[in-house]
Amino acid sequence: MSKKQDNKKQDEVETTGHSWDGIEEFNNPLPKWWVWCLYATIVWAILYTIAYPAWPMIKGATPGLLGYSTRAEVAEDIAAVDAANAELIAKLAAVDLTTITDDAELHGFAVNGGGAIFRANCSQCHGSGAAGTTGFPNLLDDDWLWGGTIEDIVYTVTHGVRNEQSLDSRYSEMTAFDEILTDEEITGVVNHVLAISGQDHDPAAAELGATVFYDNCAACHGDAGEGMDALGAPTLTDAIWLYGGDEATITETVRYARFGVMPAWSAEYRVGSGLDQAEINAVAAYVHQLGGGE
Amino acid sequence: MWDWIKIALFGVIALGAALAANWARDLAYQIHALIVMAVAAGLFIWSVRKAGDEKGPVETGYMDGVIRAGVIATTFWGVTGFLVGVWIAFQLAFPQLNFDFLQGYGNFGRMRPLHTSAVIFAFGGNALIATSFYVVQRTSAARLFGGNTAWFVFWGYQLFIVLAATGYLMGSTQSREYAEPEWYVDLWLTVVWVAYLIVFLGTIMKRKEPHIYVANWFFLSFIVTVAMLHVVNNLAIPVSFLGSRSVSVFSGVQDAMTQWWYGHNAVGFFLTAGFLGMMYYFVPKQAEKPVFSYKLSIIHFWALIFLYIWAGPHHLHYTALPDWAGTLGMVFSIVLWMPSWGGMINGLMTLNGAWDKIRTDPIIRMMVISLGFYGMSTFEGPMMSIRAVNSLSHYTDWTIGHVHSGALGWNGMITFSALYFLTPKLWNKQRLYSLTLVSWHFWLATIGIILYAASMWVTGIMEGLMWREVDAQGFLVNSFADTVSAKFPMYVVRGIGGLMYLTGALIMTYNLWMTAFGKKSAAIVTAPAE
Repeated sequence: MSKKQDNKKQDEVETTGHSWDGIEEFNNPLPKWWVWCLYATIVWAILYTIAYPAWPMIKGATPGLLGYSTRAEVAEDIAAVDAANAELIAKLAAVDLTTITDDAELHGFAVNGGGAIFRANCSQCHGSGAAGTTGFPNLLDDDWLWGGTIEDIVYTVTHGVRNEQSLDSRYSEMTAFDEILTDEEITGVVNHVLAISGQDHDPAAAELGATVFYDNCAACHGDAGEGMDALGAPTLTDAIWLYGGDEATITETVRYARFGVMPAWSAEYRVGSGLDQAEINAVAAYVHQLGGGE
Repeated sequence: MWDWIKIALFGVIALGAALAANWARDLAYQIHALIVMAVAAGLFIWSVRKAGDEKGPVETGYMDGVIRAGVIATTFWGVTGFLVGVWIAFQLAFPQLNFDFLQGYGNFGRMRPLHTSAVIFAFGGNALIATSFYVVQRTSAARLFGGNTAWFVFWGYQLFIVLAATGYLMGSTQSREYAEPEWYVDLWLTVVWVAYLIVFLGTIMKRKEPHIYVANWFFLSFIVTVAMLHVVNNLAIPVSFLGSRSVSVFSGVQDAMTQWWYGHNAVGFFLTAGFLGMMYYFVPKQAEKPVFSYKLSIIHFWALIFLYIWAGPHHLHYTALPDWAGTLGMVFSIVLWMPSWGGMINGLMTLNGAWDKIRTDPIIRMMVISLGFYGMSTFEGPMMSIRAVNSLSHYTDWTIGHVHSGALGWNGMITFSALYFLTPKLWNKQRLYSLTLVSWHFWLATIGIILYAASMWVTGIMEGLMWREVDAQGFLVNSFADTVSAKFPMYVVRGIGGLMYLTGALIMTYNLWMTAFGKKSAAIVTAPAE
């Protein structure tokens, strides 16, 4: 077929003469812009494969004129940030945390970095706003199970709670009273807890429960239910509840106990994915300044 | 004689399946063995009753029964797939919809492969089989080769769909995207697919036309390449012949590369080449115009099938895959841009001189919007394969939006227009029951796709930016959960878009049903030739 039809209208273009079920084909040439775009992408592709690692050879591939590598690029980015922060990181790893707030620059760096670490590692349980959820403590208030000074927080982050990674993890175990106390005693002690936390309760049951509480619970939770940080025993007189403060939930807690676990985050106990000292200090500084730090 | 062989064969299969069910090592395998047993037992009884019957006269003319069944199956699986899609879209927006009583069967993780396989393989696959059987007969002026083999392909494929879908719900999966079915389902599909190839190729070989029409090139490349992809990617060793678990023969980054070589070419040859075959027949037929350019169809066909097969590594940028492989995947994807657009140009330019039909013919309108979305997503794809773009778009909802503008826009719309074209012809009716309803379908689907794609662009780019956002000291600013909660409004918009698309498909179902089986629609009066 000739090439004369460029300037012709479509109706004048010849068909190829084939016909299938009534379908014919025009013998139009390839659109020029289409051909040139195709050539342009091919030229670009060749140039790109010369500039970047591309063609596999017998041993390894052509490295490309630019010496580009995705891994090297990322490593460079990370190294640049690390270098810029090196001085602050060194200071942070060695700082006396009780006085960290005196150094505004260092404290700002710790809180920023700690926030990032928190969002990556801690927010899954404690929430991205650190408000916690059932079974996972709220870190915004001043009610602390294991102490709320910045050093307490460092210890908790380093060793975790009731885990099997660190021998020094925070540890205590509440007794399950289901088979120790009678139903009447359990109802009583639950009502006593309702009473000391200022909720509606049955006064008669609570009176019996007071004795039961003194005999069985006060050793850890304190005579008045004020709790004990050293044992991670919660305060029972306020409106803050880890698992819930209604009658049914307290009954469940008394009968079957609770055993909340937090992992140890120090790199010593989490090989490959743990935090170093500067990072632990940072996340502790972040949590401490959220509102409830002691 | 053949009757007796059939009876014996079905009996042996039913018995074997019963034994397999008895000794099954897991629930999915057991249920599947029972399904196979039920099917084989049913066929056994049917064969016994039919044995020795007089055979009717050998049928001549086009074999349209299997295509009619294919049209019904396409519509049914389409609506099913869209429904599951809408459901999981709302599960993402409202996680409470992962009800406790559905855990282990109806939660998002189980439903998601059900959706992807239902729309790609059940809806798309049935559409491709039905239209390829229709097109190859018309353009070859020959009846389907192999007698009832075409029916075997149809029913065999439905059995594959049922085994795959029920398997997903029971947790039987290879965890390879778009290749989730386990080893015995893969083997069955291989058998069906080879039969499909024989029917298709046989019909082409006995054609009465001197040349092979372009649509058939695309259909054939789709059938052959999918066979190769399916077999290689699913190479695995079963843990037990009586259980559903298997272990891939590939491992590590080779495994990932094989999977995305398959995954990308499932898109390339199933969703692009196959549907281009559909386009090349139905667009010129509906427009009643010759195809724009024979040369373009040759060049873009060969360029497309040569280039697509190399583009897979762009799914694995910034992973364990070496940089050189990523570079090659990326440049082949860029060069693929124009060959992909060749199909769009040929489709759209075929409408030259028939553009007025966009106003009067809602089916043409569907074809045009379908080609438009095809062009858009085949531009977006190469763009997303560029490393720098990919570092933002990868793992985000942008990918989901990209897939759906292609799937809903291109594959869905071209299939709908083919169904609207086919139904009156296959059931001997003069016209569709209602063109107004086609218009409704068109607008609901189009607006639905736009809502879907736009909301996914917004959430995709937003979450990509949020993930990489660092402060002046290099610390990450957002937690993952922050990005999830920021996406909520767009997830609702996406769900609504999907709901509109589903509604359109339900309207189509009604329209097709009334066309085929409604009393009002007039049958074609067989008139003597003019």
